[in-house]
Amino acid sequence: MNLYEKFLKIDRRYIFILVAIGVIVPLVAPLGLAVTTSPPVENVYNAIEELPPGTPVMVSVDYDPSTQPELSPMTVAVLRHCFSRDLPVIITVLHPGGPGLALEISDRISQEMGAEYGEDYVFLGYKVGGSAVILSMGQDFHVSFPADYFNTPIDDLPLMNDVKNYNDVGLVVTMSGSTFPDFWVAYAHERYGQEIAAGVTAVMAADYYPYLQTGQLVGLIGGLKGAAEYEKLINRPSDGLKGMDAQTIVHLFIVVMILLGNIAFIFVQRAKKREEA
Amino acid sequence: MHISTDIWIWIAAILTLCIYSFLYKDNPFYKFAEHLLVGVSAGYFFVIYFWNLVVPNLLTPLKNGFSTLFTGGGFTGDLAALVPGILGLIILTRLIPKIAWMSRWAIGFYFGAFQGIVITGYMQAFILAQIYGTFIKGANPVFSLALFGNFFSAPGWAPFVLAVSGPLMILGVVCTLTYFFFSTEHKGFVGGVAKVGIVFLMIGFGASFGYTVMARVSLLIGRLQFLLRDWLGIIS
Repeated sequence: MNLYEKFLKIDRRYIFILVAIGVIVPLVAPLGLAVTTSPPVENVYNAIEELPPGTPVMVSVDYDPSTQPELSPMTVAVLRHCFSRDLPVIITVLHPGGPGLALEISDRISQEMGAEYGEDYVFLGYKVGGSAVILSMGQDFHVSFPADYFNTPIDDLPLMNDVKNYNDVGLVVTMSGSTFPDFWVAYAHERYGQEIAAGVTAVMAADYYPYLQTGQLVGLIGGLKGAAEYEKLINRPSDGLKGMDAQTIVHLFIVVMILLGNIAFIFVQRAKKREEA
Repeated sequence: MHISTDIWIWIAAILTLCIYSFLYKDNPFYKFAEHLLVGVSAGYFFVIYFWNLVVPNLLTPLKNGFSTLFTGGGFTGDLAALVPGILGLIILTRLIPKIAWMSRWAIGFYFGAFQGIVITGYMQAFILAQIYGTFIKGANPVFSLALFGNFFSAPGWAPFVLAVSGPLMILGVVCTLTYFFFSTEHKGFVGGVAKVGIVFLMIGFGASFGYTVMARVSLLIGRLQFLLRDWLGIIS
């Protein structure tokens, strides 16, 4: 067995160890590699930046713990941006796995930014129904969510007194690890003309670029890289930017492995053909 | 280094290591964590759906409706919850082979209602708007001779991309759709166009694969951030 054949039959556990090292070392000793911002993320930032202070923004936490490492950093960044610009935030959850995550993030960030519950933000909690809930909010939030997560009637929350439906919301930002952006586009945007921005996992990002072309999404935050870009735009480095060194190192490693694997494969195939001849 | 003293952080960390132990080989620790996840998830979703779906949409309206009825207040709209309640129970007839056919009523009702809600929204959002967006961006056509004029009058990378990206997108859509057109044999001109379509498809798959790798690495980074920061306190 020559070197190329040995390389193609390498025990994959060695690759796992190298990937783990590639992640752990930059996390422990950050390299500070540069992160550039892209237009889809800048568009989300600009959409929030252009809203007049006091305009409610709706952040829908439509994900569960399986996609938390990618979507929580961007949720945190968007909340920090909204609170820093005095934009009240209405937090909803359309995924059954999301209420706990949304509650933890809203508590932590509101405390950090000095936001007051009921005035600067409300947490309406989880509602079953997905598309039906999105449609229903176009008519009246007070019917879709008669009470917030803590069972307080939303009529008693000062922020919600001025919010009846999407007409009173400047922007909806859906953070999703599944197909919820489709529902928001199909119902809130197409039917009610609501501006929608989406934060999605990297796996999904490629599928949502066509919605940027058509203007159905005003912007798109894709994966941990998108979260890092947003953190850079608001100048608040957090988990996204901290993870970018590791992401870059592992991507380089994977690219090198793909190249070496293909080169080895070509040489092994040539050797086999020579032997057959 | 400040190791966590929170018992829940320790449980989460140990379960994370149990799951990652599968990378070495299948083992009882991995099996334990896997079964625990399945069991906890089933219990969690049952409770969430019971309190967020069954109680507010069925049990509470029925309780209010019947209490009004029995106290002489007559029939109220709350009792309309009986209809979805009965349809929901009918689905369970699938468990009894002799009357399993009854479940079709409920499933038919569900399909009909869902299609009614979905068809118009999806048609507009995912077909008409996408066809429009293939040729028009904002109020301008994506294939514009004026954009090529801009490029030739002031050559540069940005005007070149602006001029070329629109026609390239139209070409990609047409060629890819041709590849999925099976009523004509893919030979000659049609075959050539379909082959160009394959190139566009491969580029699309490559982009998706790249994003998928990024997503998986992000999940690993998230877990290792948890282990190194929240559990072991090695990083800030």
